[in-house]
Amino acid sequence: MSKSLKLYAGSAVGTVLMLTVALNFADRLIPDHAESYDRMAADSDPDFALIARAQAAAAYADAPFGLGRPALEEEIAAWDLDVSPDGTGLPVGSGDVFTGEEVFIENCAVCHGDFAEGRGNWPKLAGGEDSLADEDPLKTIGSYWPHLSTAWDYVNRSMPFGNAQSLTPDEVYGIVAYILYSNYLVEDDFVLSHENFTEIVLPNADGFIIDDREESEYAIWRAEPCMENCKDTVEITKRATVLDVTPDEEVTEEALAAPEEEPVQVAAADPAPAEEAPAAAPAMAIDQALADKGEKVFKKCKACHKVGDGAKNGSGPQLNGIVGRAVAAADGFKYSGAMVDYGGEWTPERLAAFIAKPKAEIKGTKMSFAGLKKEGDVAAVIEYLKTFGQ
Amino acid sequence: MTSSFKGPKASRRQFLAGAAAIGAGAATGARAETPDPLITEVQEWAQGLGDGVDATPYGMPIRFETDVVRRNVPWLTADPISSINFTPIHALDGTITPQGCAFERHHSGAIELSKDDYRLMINGLVDRPLVFTYADLERFPREQHVYFCECAANTGMEWAGAQLNGAQFTHGMIHNMEYTGVPLRTLLNEAGIQTEGKWVYVEGADASSNGRSIPMDKALDDVLVAFKANGEALRKEHGYPVRLVVPGWEGNMWVKWLRRIEVTTQAVESREETSKYTDTLADGTSRKWTWVMDAKSVVTSPSPQSPIKHGPGPLVITGLAWSGHGKIKRVDVSTDGGKTWQQARLASEAGDKALSRFYLDINWDGSEMLLQSRAMDETGYVQPTKAQLREVRGLNSVYHNNCIQTWHVKSNGEAENVEVS
Repeated sequence: MSKSLKLYAGSAVGTVLMLTVALNFADRLIPDHAESYDRMAADSDPDFALIARAQAAAAYADAPFGLGRPALEEEIAAWDLDVSPDGTGLPVGSGDVFTGEEVFIENCAVCHGDFAEGRGNWPKLAGGEDSLADEDPLKTIGSYWPHLSTAWDYVNRSMPFGNAQSLTPDEVYGIVAYILYSNYLVEDDFVLSHENFTEIVLPNADGFIIDDREESEYAIWRAEPCMENCKDTVEITKRATVLDVTPDEEVTEEALAAPEEEPVQVAAADPAPAEEAPAAAPAMAIDQALADKGEKVFKKCKACHKVGDGAKNGSGPQLNGIVGRAVAAADGFKYSGAMVDYGGEWTPERLAAFIAKPKAEIKGTKMSFAGLKKEGDVAAVIEYLKTFGQ
Repeated sequence: MTSSFKGPKASRRQFLAGAAAIGAGAATGARAETPDPLITEVQEWAQGLGDGVDATPYGMPIRFETDVVRRNVPWLTADPISSINFTPIHALDGTITPQGCAFERHHSGAIELSKDDYRLMINGLVDRPLVFTYADLERFPREQHVYFCECAANTGMEWAGAQLNGAQFTHGMIHNMEYTGVPLRTLLNEAGIQTEGKWVYVEGADASSNGRSIPMDKALDDVLVAFKANGEALRKEHGYPVRLVVPGWEGNMWVKWLRRIEVTTQAVESREETSKYTDTLADGTSRKWTWVMDAKSVVTSPSPQSPIKHGPGPLVITGLAWSGHGKIKRVDVSTDGGKTWQQARLASEAGDKALSRFYLDINWDGSEMLLQSRAMDETGYVQPTKAQLREVRGLNSVYHNNCIQTWHVKSNGEAENVEVS
């Protein structure tokens, strides 16, 4: 066995770390409670703890290469968040439909719609009941997903888009309860918790079969293929150009004109000193620290709004030069009538009011974002937007 | 010559004029009327000097190749951050895909993760839960393999009919690279798999937490924890510094920015293995765990983005073939929509779960063609027609469409994506 392994196996720190092998994390539900039992036993019985440590040390000594280091209990707890259909991995908590609706409107509705019905090309989370055999099935959590654990797990780890892992377990329970409600699967007084979680059976739970291509396809298609006189006639039945949905491939003139002689600019390690900065003062003074903070806050907006070079309209208009820009002025974006009527120019003050409470400032706006609650966040995000000129 | 600077649209227009000027049948051996100034006059490049070394410390393709790039189909997805683009297979030859134009698929955008910040955890049903740094991974014995990576949705837009006009768009969710890495088996053995461990759940470090369950047999077979592709570090968009390589299986399982491997008793049934990447059949039932990518091929040239520009005469028909079940045994090509077939030539010995390049060299008489290719793999599986696939699966499978593709090549050399009876 390698020296390094012996080294850490012998150290006091190492021994403590190895204890984690025999343990699991008590704040997650494990159907078989043996591990938590072990932990209690280890805590209360010094002899047991000693044996566990010795066993763990022996286990690490068996590693073929002795590379890497033991994973700490806290590290495993931080990353091992996945939830399985039988509820393994669910944390303790609960959330009701009404609270879930509030959290959903604030965090999810901007893409998924107020009623989980979806907006634009973003996924619809509700509806589609009994549509799976239709010509155009609508696959939602209600109509398609086999396990509720998948919805919980995905919301918890991967949502909201651009601000993942920011929800508390109770908020996730609430959101999932609201999605169930939006699919007419529970009543409005429903409370979802770790205790009743596995009682919920989704409508399409039995709708899946394990890959059967071996029997249904390979058995037919593992055959000597025809080489001659394979069919009498051949007719064209469909043409792609009729649909005309293929993107253009024009290469921009700029790309072609780019001089190849241009020396490669290696990014300067340290920025030019301030006094050497060009005299032309920027139109708006930027508080860089505040703008940096704003960049983080802007993650909440990024799913719909783009800024920077080549920013295009998405679910929301692109925001280059928005501070001081005319209202409803992004080319090609379909604004609500309310926004057009609002008119005028986006002064920092008007922007702040709109970002804080969109629907209060402009009744009828298409933006379904609930608003930034913290004044500091509003100021920061506006500062950040200022850094993107026209 | 300048026409080649303008990209496919312009060149398609110009080649028509060119083809007309040459005239049918006059393509080969035609006598030049006037001497070619490119030969008779001393050219600038033959007189002056070119770039010195270090003009480009890391070289990009010459500017005449600016049209050989990844492209996306904006209407397919809500946002480019969670989207896919396509390899320009119509403009490549050989089998190795350069990383810079190999298709990308992100669920929460391509993240920037440094080697220093990289950690890989193995936990779950193992004797020794472990954390590795990037440097640790480099100390395990390495292997090198060439494998194709195909998105399960490749050709997925074509189920209901011919839709996208170009091999890049119909078949470009694929790339083929030479990977260097450590077998997953080596890392699992380092942690010590417990007997109840039947699956591994693999997860990425990006915000999407893309995670997939892989049965233990596969995990211990040929799965690679890779950190180099085509000899250099993985590109950011392909999971720098470490991605999983799951040979022959759908691309979504090739988790990028791999951060965690958990040994479990059961499949996690994550979003990407239930709500996505499952294949709905005509009766509304859906297949799950359809991991293997079946044998498939496509003619990459001529094709809609790579029309015939030279008129009748010698013509190289070429394309790619691959199978998640192993090696390609044979590729047949039809020029008449599948009435008759002839065997194409494989450019080199077929690799296991890797792209094969095929050629069919013909003397084109300038008549219309309905060009098809049909792959057969070493298990004897023959690539099916779209009609055969539909008969078993219906129209709503979305994923795993490996049907025979048809290009309608007109006598002027232009090609169109069509479906035939």
